[in-house]
Amino acid sequence: MADPTRTDSTAQGQPPGLNRGQRGGILNYLTGLVFAIVLTLASFWAAETDLVYGPAVPVLLASLAVAQMGVHVVFFFHISTGPEDANNFLALAFGVFVVALVVFGSMLIMNNLDANMPSLDQIMKMQR
Amino acid sequence: MSVVVETGRPADEIPYSERGPAPLENVVAFGFWLFLLSDVVLFSGLFAAYAVLADRTAGGPDGLKLFDRGSVLLETACLLFSSFTVGLCALAIERRSPAATYLWAAVTFALGAAFLGLEVKEFLRMIDAGAAPTRSAFLSAFFTLVGTHGLHVTLGLAWLVAMMAQVVTLGFLPIVVRRLLCFILFWHALDIVWIGVFTIVYLGAR
Repeated sequence: MADPTRTDSTAQGQPPGLNRGQRGGILNYLTGLVFAIVLTLASFWAAETDLVYGPAVPVLLASLAVAQMGVHVVFFFHISTGPEDANNFLALAFGVFVVALVVFGSMLIMNNLDANMPSLDQIMKMQR
Repeated sequence: MSVVVETGRPADEIPYSERGPAPLENVVAFGFWLFLLSDVVLFSGLFAAYAVLADRTAGGPDGLKLFDRGSVLLETACLLFSSFTVGLCALAIERRSPAATYLWAAVTFALGAAFLGLEVKEFLRMIDAGAAPTRSAFLSAFFTLVGTHGLHVTLGLAWLVAMMAQVVTLGFLPIVVRRLLCFILFWHALDIVWIGVFTIVYLGAR
């Protein structure tokens, strides 16, 4: 067995990504926790506050959520953009793409259908 | 035994394609990562349904009236700290320390159970107040989305108990360690989905 404690500089002859999970210790998780707590509290504050222009609040909430998801992916999942993580990162990018397509696509289509739908009264009249 | 290739080149210059096959641990983690992403795609369907139906209350109560943000913040804290303690559990597993593994697994289980308790309490309170899943499209979407997440947490807790039983009986065998790694990834993923839930469902109601 290759020594798993070796760092990347001695990666010769080692399978790719053997150091996954060896990176960072408790400090890594603590950093992630602190970032996540700050972002969570910021989200709950943003939802209640009057200091932020009303229509901008959903955008602020969305960006805080995306930031926190990023913090979780980096500090808890240890997914980076390094070459040893190429597969994981590509899969993540595809997942994000599908999620965005499903959520925003559904909202767009359903809003359009809703806007073009005759009101209930009109439907009742048509049935008579 | 891995073969050390003597090429005379600095290690950094060896292409990844020439360093041999990835260890089983990485292949398992990658496969499980793909499963988690497909699970997130499942949730995306439920999120889309909720986003479309959120204001279809059929004259019933809306989110702003129903949700208790203090309780949601407490749930969020439980899940976030459990994500942290499961990370400490991962470090304990790396050190092959049974005592620390049991300790952090127990803390994780307690926090997960507290989250689940708060959620069930909230559901019961809503149903008592006449906001059952059958009341409106909004509530159907709400209970499906949040309930599916709660179901995942329940399965995660059961999985955690099963894994601790395996550590007790089998010790840190390579296969047990790989399963533990999958569980830890699963638990982190639950927390990521919860970020979407509390942002879109609870804080988005206004």
